[in-house]
Amino acid sequence: MIEIDSIVKTYEGVPVVDAVSMTIQPHTICAVVGTSGSGKTTLLRMINRLVTPTSGTIRIDGEDIRGIRPYELRRRIGYAIQGHGLFPHWTVAQNIGAVPRLLKWSKADISARINELLELFQLDPSQYRDRFPSELSGGQQQRVGVARALAARPNILLMDEPFGALDPVIRAKAQEDLVAIQQRFGTTVVLVTHDMEEAIYLGHNIAVMDAGKLLQFAPPKQVIGRPATPFVQELIGTSERPFRLLSLSKIADHLEDGDADGDPLPATATLRDAYSELLWSGRSAAPVEKDGRLVGRVSLDALARLAARPQ
Amino acid sequence: MSVTSASPSHDRPHWLALDRLGVLITLILLSSFLLPFALFRANRILLGDGLPLLASMQPVAASVLLLALAFGVGAALLRLPALIKLAAGFGVLTILFIAMGLSAETLMPADNNYARVSPAAGFWVLVFGLALLVTDALTRLRLGPWTRIGILLGVCGAFWALLWSGLWNELSILKEYANRAPAFWNEARTHLLLAFGSVAIAAIVGIPLGILCYRVRPVRAALLNILNIVQTIPSIALFGLLIAPLAWVAANVPGAKASGISGIGVAPAVVALFAYSLLPIVSNTVVGLLGVSAPAVDAARGMGMTWLQRLVQVELPLAFPVILTGIRIVLVQNIGLTTIAALIGGGGFGVFVFQGIGQTAMDLVLLGAVPTVVLAFAAAVVLDAFVELTSRGGRRA
Repeated sequence: MIEIDSIVKTYEGVPVVDAVSMTIQPHTICAVVGTSGSGKTTLLRMINRLVTPTSGTIRIDGEDIRGIRPYELRRRIGYAIQGHGLFPHWTVAQNIGAVPRLLKWSKADISARINELLELFQLDPSQYRDRFPSELSGGQQQRVGVARALAARPNILLMDEPFGALDPVIRAKAQEDLVAIQQRFGTTVVLVTHDMEEAIYLGHNIAVMDAGKLLQFAPPKQVIGRPATPFVQELIGTSERPFRLLSLSKIADHLEDGDADGDPLPATATLRDAYSELLWSGRSAAPVEKDGRLVGRVSLDALARLAARPQ
Repeated sequence: MSVTSASPSHDRPHWLALDRLGVLITLILLSSFLLPFALFRANRILLGDGLPLLASMQPVAASVLLLALAFGVGAALLRLPALIKLAAGFGVLTILFIAMGLSAETLMPADNNYARVSPAAGFWVLVFGLALLVTDALTRLRLGPWTRIGILLGVCGAFWALLWSGLWNELSILKEYANRAPAFWNEARTHLLLAFGSVAIAAIVGIPLGILCYRVRPVRAALLNILNIVQTIPSIALFGLLIAPLAWVAANVPGAKASGISGIGVAPAVVALFAYSLLPIVSNTVVGLLGVSAPAVDAARGMGMTWLQRLVQVELPLAFPVILTGIRIVLVQNIGLTTIAALIGGGGFGVFVFQGIGQTAMDLVLLGAVPTVVLAFAAAVVLDAFVELTSRGGRRA
């Protein structure tokens, strides 16, 4: 659990982060969204003491972080940034092993952990361990960057626009990977982004920031349905609201009994995917399959009700 | 019928076309025939007579040299592969150097130790033209660092063989050498000690100063400004300026005199060369450290490296090629500057240069100047290769 308590950061008297308080629950992803200059990156960097707050406290699992030496604190917290920040003169293996080496793990443990992480990120260790970052594609560099952040099994992972430099296809894959890894390890993730779509897809909670202030801190459904200020509403985009709402749920959670014609849809797809598919194929309902057998149906009428503003 | 085969050079081999630099090299080589090839003087300080190539050596030697030069012109003019041009350049240069030795043997009167034969303008123009051919070929070949060092060693070996064979013994510069062989090697040692020693001290002091400038911003502006001012002091003035303070130190600080410090000699020379070396080393260290990719530094901080770990493991290794470039600049500069140290009794090859100027004996000036140039050139080649080696892998991204 990360407790941020009326934290303030001013540069030459100008507040960059202005009295922000929020509590990030353990094992969740918190997406911090805002335009550039909103203070979101500064907020993130205060959690691992890369930036010293002007006032206020941050506690991790109840412990005030001012009581921990900065470099010791940082070794406990994963840190991944845009443009990966890999060390160009070190191999992939040396990069991933950086924090475990700082923590003085044994050579064998470090080597095993490197292989484990490379396999987790679908990079064959025998092929990639000894490559230099410049010999990897952009998507591979980004994966190695996240692998390095996770190397010492941190409970907390801070990510600053980690997917900002990736093209849309690779970014979608990277986001899926992150969700899978977060679920597998239960890591608490704080992720800064300017992309509301990404925040809605990844975040269990979304923190919307503007001009240093925290405007709203709530689950995506609430941010979409009940935006706290006109700015939050603008950030979501009025015409996008119903579709964003649909993208939050899976078909499996809203199954209807009955049958329908045509190709079945997978139960794991989002309601937004289902809506799009129904419109495109000109059907009013479609069958749903799970593990190869039909389990029910999804209809345009039901989707229309679910897309309406929550009461 | 394919479109590409319609090009005008279709029925002609590719190499049968004029190389533009080759035309220039040809003109340079031809112009040398308007100038004397060798210079004969009755003694070492007279002006002497210039002799054209054909009058400088036996007809056989002259015809071989002319044939070789014609071959060199052909290699320069045609668009041949760079490797062939390189081989031709080195080959013709070798024949030219041998011919110069033969010319001296022919022209020197028997049993006369006062007469002097030296290369004249025509010879130097030929060397320049052929060096252009070689350099151009080397540039086009884009050789790796190790190959370049290898070629340097090869050229040095060839020169050593030429000198060792005694073929050049009748040339004026070697006559001067023969009269001063022990002094030559003595001054060579002093020269190397002054040039390399001052750079080593400057690196030991300058790199930490550069790190300090990088980390403490106010220090950066102040220190770099001071060093900039030092750099603008004319070298002779700086050597002179140091005489008084060091003489005072020698006279008043106990033990200073015993450890070799005095107003003239090696001490002020080392101090002056050190002062000139600081700015390039400090500023290159700062520039190199500032040039390390910001995300890499941020990541290093964010993962929990202490400042020392960050410096040693990330920042210095990534800045190293730039720092090494600073050391290369300073080393080449100091090898040249060290000649001036002779003025204040510091020794080095400058001793011959200033003696030669005093006696209007140009050969003696050359005995000091040529080794200095060769040394500086070799240092530049070796350190350039090192800079390239250390920046591999590191900054390819």
